[in-house]
Amino acid sequence: MLSRVAENLYWLARYMERAENTARMIQVNANLVLDLPGGVTAGWAPLIRIVEATEAFEASGRKYGERGVIAFLVGDYDNPCSIVSSIALARENARTVRDMIPRELWEHVNDLHLYAREHLKGGLARRERHQHLQYVIEAAQAFTGILEGTMIRGMGFRFLSAGRYLERADMTCRIVDVRSSSLLVDKEAESLKPYENIQWMSVLKSLTGYQMYRLKKRVRVHSDAVVEFLMLDDEFPRAVYSCLGHLEVQLSSLPNNTDPLRVVTRLRRHLLEQPLRDVRADSLHAYIVEVLEGLGEVHDSLAQNYFDPELATRRA
Amino acid sequence: MRNAGGSGNFLIMRVNWHDYPVEGQWDELVRPDGRARPGAGRLLKTLAGFDAEELALRQGAADLAIKAMGITFTVYHQEEGSIDRAWPLDIIPRVIALREWRRIERGLVQRVRALNAFIDDVYHDREIVKAGRFPGTYLENSANYRPQCQGISPPLGIWAHICGSDLVRAADGTVYVLEDNLRVPSGVSYMLENRKVIKRVFPELFERIAIQPVDDYPSQLFDTLAALSPRPSEYPEVVVLTPGIYNSAYFEHAYLAQQMGCELVEGRDLLVGEDDCVYARTVEGLTRVDVIYRRVDDLFLDPEVFDQDSMLGVRGLMRAWQAGNVALANAPGAGVADDKLVYTFVPDMIRFYLGEEPLLPNVPSWLCADPESRRYVLEHLAELVVKPVNESGGYGMLIGPASTQAEREAFAGLIRRQPRNYIAQPTLSLSTVPTEISNRIEPRHVDLRPFILSSDRVHVTMGGLTRVAMRKGSLVVNSSQGGGSKDTWIVGRD
Repeated sequence: MLSRVAENLYWLARYMERAENTARMIQVNANLVLDLPGGVTAGWAPLIRIVEATEAFEASGRKYGERGVIAFLVGDYDNPCSIVSSIALARENARTVRDMIPRELWEHVNDLHLYAREHLKGGLARRERHQHLQYVIEAAQAFTGILEGTMIRGMGFRFLSAGRYLERADMTCRIVDVRSSSLLVDKEAESLKPYENIQWMSVLKSLTGYQMYRLKKRVRVHSDAVVEFLMLDDEFPRAVYSCLGHLEVQLSSLPNNTDPLRVVTRLRRHLLEQPLRDVRADSLHAYIVEVLEGLGEVHDSLAQNYFDPELATRRA
Repeated sequence: MRNAGGSGNFLIMRVNWHDYPVEGQWDELVRPDGRARPGAGRLLKTLAGFDAEELALRQGAADLAIKAMGITFTVYHQEEGSIDRAWPLDIIPRVIALREWRRIERGLVQRVRALNAFIDDVYHDREIVKAGRFPGTYLENSANYRPQCQGISPPLGIWAHICGSDLVRAADGTVYVLEDNLRVPSGVSYMLENRKVIKRVFPELFERIAIQPVDDYPSQLFDTLAALSPRPSEYPEVVVLTPGIYNSAYFEHAYLAQQMGCELVEGRDLLVGEDDCVYARTVEGLTRVDVIYRRVDDLFLDPEVFDQDSMLGVRGLMRAWQAGNVALANAPGAGVADDKLVYTFVPDMIRFYLGEEPLLPNVPSWLCADPESRRYVLEHLAELVVKPVNESGGYGMLIGPASTQAEREAFAGLIRRQPRNYIAQPTLSLSTVPTEISNRIEPRHVDLRPFILSSDRVHVTMGGLTRVAMRKGSLVVNSSQGGGSKDTWIVGRD
């Protein structure tokens, strides 16, 4: 398989997953802002930092309020990680590999792009926000469904899956991070205790994980258990550890996989050996940053091995 | 939108071929007396039994199949960028009796042999110029002559491995060659897809009529390309090189790659190593490429030699080709014989290189480069078609009978300034084929593009791509300019 084709497939899946999870991230923050008493949340600004777009955001001249942040994250074609851009980039990648993917998949991505251009461009009115974001999430779910149901399990499928799981792990980390940054006060603060569980519940719900959490953990929602569930569960398909497990399986059927497999395995082991003990804001954020760096290394090793074979040949 | 039947408002209108207006032109299916031409009998009889509703149903089925099969061509649209359009196919096939086709086939093979001999001669000793049969100055001024190819000997001495020659039939029934496309001729995928669609539309006719199959083409193309491999002992690595998704023929590039089981590559997927061999960047590392079916024009092939800004080519590709480490089809420089001025010499080439008389005539042409012909052309602009020698796709032409005084004056100026750039031909009345127009059948003008493959063996497609001008009286068949297409049936047994 051509490196360009492999890379396009990988990014096709990453961009779709990114669009979905950006929508989820906005939903969770919207809920947090509504659930917490005025004055104790950081509002919408942390989302920009979490997707590492501070510079682009400030260049856009928007304000750090709800309207500015959502317009930037949802409907701004100048922001390369907005939902509309992610969908447009997914479509562009799909277009160049149309002969490799099921026709339905291409048509689905194309339809979503047209929807985004019509409904999401420029931002969203508050009252229809939920509906449109939900549409994006469901369309991305259908994307995965079409893939699972119609594509042969060849190399193309492996690269698509690799892109999806890596992006999903990355975005789950960032969504958990939303929570860490919105809790500015110490967790012991008595006045915030009543809100504690509600907040974690909304994080779970945004990842469609509330019910799964209850089934699996059989304990009421509390911070340590939720973070452990989202980071380390080996069965919940949006949990970071589980995503890496799926990634490992996909990689094991690819050629020349020694390097990337080693990086993934090391990261999984690290997650198990160094679990988060303290869910306070600072340490949670530091922990997330560390995991994100690990995921970045996984991407680099995929890129070096598969997307830039000249480099790989030189190294060998 | 076409009505897909069932409304009940249609009048029962069955086709009466005696009322079909043939007069003054050659119809491919219907003789002037309303009877069928050889091979078309059963088709006409079947169509005669159709009322408007049945006709609409069948055309609707074809349109639906084309949509479902994703047969598209790309047009550049100012606001939308490039967009995919459904391929236009008319359901009524064009029929040629096998006996006649065999004669045309021999003529095409003869022609392509002579063209290849000419190209090889141009880039070597120029015997034809020495013999005084072709003016050498015409070469130096040709836009498609590549000095970089001088002295190169591609495998088997063949330069034009895939040739698409356009044929037209005049009112007296004579089949002429209108032009030869030796650079990157396109359309063959539509020939193949048209057949698949029409099989669905007229299954009953395929059961009863001996229609020669066309679907060998992808394997013949692969064999043609594989025979050029510089490493004959190994299984050849053949790739299709496309300019990318914005090219109007991208569908065809992807289609042929898929049908041949080859990789579809872009320039950036390839590189030339220090050993002057071509490699593809794959997930398994660099893999050697033996044969490139390139659908990128000469000038964009290699920024080292041609257009320095080309993003479509591969740096060093010409080096690798000159060293014999990779085969390119068609060979760079093959377009020198694609020139319409060179075209006028093809009958002479056949006599010179093969010692044979041409089996297929050229359309009589006047070379504006020749002073006497030029005078004639300038005096008769209103009756002639004037063509620039290096354009294709029907661009930059003057169609005399349809032109205004101002256009003729403008062309006269162009011809006087650059006589070498123009030839003129009489306005031919192209033959017609019955065509479905708003649930009725009317004659429309057609041409035919067969494809000729040459390497260790020569293959000619069974028929080719019939293009049809959908507007009444129009002679413009190009799909970019509103033309449609038809399935082409070669009917009979040897």
